Amino acid sequence: MQTKFRGYRRENGRVGVRNHVVILPVDDLSNAASEAVAHNVKGTLAIPHPYGRLQFGADLELHFRTLIGAGSNPNVAAVVVIGIEEGWTKKVVDGIAATGKPVTGFGIELHGDHDTIMRASKMAREYLQWSSEKQREDCDLNELWVSCKCGESDTTSGCGSNPTVGNAFDKLYAAGCTLVFGETTELTGGEQIVAARCRDEKVRSDFMRVFDRYQSVINRHKTSDLSDSQPTKGNIAGGLTTIEEKALGNIQKIGKQCVVDGVIDKAEVPSGPGLWFMDSSSAAAEMVTLCAASGFVVHFFPTGQGNVIGNPILPVVKICANPRTVRTMAEHVDVDTSGLLQREITMDQAGDKLLDMMFRTANGRLTAAEALGHREFVLTRLYESA
Amino acid sequence: MIHCVLHDPNDSVAVVVVEDVKAGQTLTGLILDEDRTITLPCAQDIPLGHKVALKDMKVGDTVIKYGADVGKVVAPIKAGQHAHVHNIKTKRW
Repeated sequence: MQTKFRGYRRENGRVGVRNHVVILPVDDLSNAASEAVAHNVKGTLAIPHPYGRLQFGADLELHFRTLIGAGSNPNVAAVVVIGIEEGWTKKVVDGIAATGKPVTGFGIELHGDHDTIMRASKMAREYLQWSSEKQREDCDLNELWVSCKCGESDTTSGCGSNPTVGNAFDKLYAAGCTLVFGETTELTGGEQIVAARCRDEKVRSDFMRVFDRYQSVINRHKTSDLSDSQPTKGNIAGGLTTIEEKALGNIQKIGKQCVVDGVIDKAEVPSGPGLWFMDSSSAAAEMVTLCAASGFVVHFFPTGQGNVIGNPILPVVKICANPRTVRTMAEHVDVDTSGLLQREITMDQAGDKLLDMMFRTANGRLTAAEALGHREFVLTRLYESA
Repeated sequence: MIHCVLHDPNDSVAVVVVEDVKAGQTLTGLILDEDRTITLPCAQDIPLGHKVALKDMKVGDTVIKYGADVGKVVAPIKAGQHAHVHNIKTKRW
């Protein structure tokens, strides 16, 4: 296996594989100004989203952690933050500034959109030209942070695309990479398998605590057996029958040798290399956004029926083993492992094929989702606003 | 051609991995964990990705896939029939 890739080394030592200048709204009200700045300064990237007002407590902390995490991601060279007022804008700026990367905030109140857009555009233009001179350099494989989450799964996910990720994760784990998986409710029926893979009793009890907490949320709010939501209608159309079956397929992503080294909260940054479990939603765009906020720079996304998701700052590599999806949705598939189901390639070869695409992606190849303009940035909410 | 795959030799269902599997066909099944094939009858048309039963199952039986419990039988299933939401349900939630 290759041991080097060409990445952008950031001020804090972390390595990214993209070089975005992000225009980051703090709240829904600042989307228009942010998108106007990105329109004025071609090559910058606005990340609009619908939240950021009147949130409180743990839900507000998660909002800040997600925005600060996204801005701090090493795939981002510099950030312009725009909020309706100065206070929360400064909080996001200060959080991102801790990485050492260039970041400036603008509050709209007392200025209006026009003046804010003008001043923010000038700063965005400076950042863009500055970042355009950044060069890729040789980086060690163990500096690469790789996340995984599957979507629109079907039975071919569990037989083909998910174990392909598992094979690649086993190899990346041995190489000392930082890895994450999550989807707390989608482990239902396979939770004991994950628990048995935890490093020690402390990690196991952390995992079971977040698993049981999420089960209690489901049990408190459910109005049926969730048979239209978990598995989803698309999962069922693809042949998945129960949550247990879906979970056992899902778990194939953590391979056969990886050990679960720790549990992190949503958008929390891992404290060291190894495989981390993130307590997270199983909805694709929410989970991938949380991975971006935790600092991951390449994402493995196995699909069966053909989920088309992307992310603005985290390149999403799609893996598919369903021969019909590979044929009908070819433009969305980066790695075709359908040969596994006809015994044309081995699991080891499928894993290597994915790793080859990982290196190409890290070195700059645009993923299918990037080429198609998929930039789903979806914030996880915990409860109602104040 | 491989028509269906199963993970563990003890699984009671296999996943159809090609389009247009028809009633009356004899299917070739690949056991992924052992890299060997078996043959089985097919009693119904089964879409790509859907499951074919490998044995007769009665109401209340546990369905085994990945060598593990994936739910309970809620309507009788005969070997070769389509096994899905009309005859299998979750044991959770």
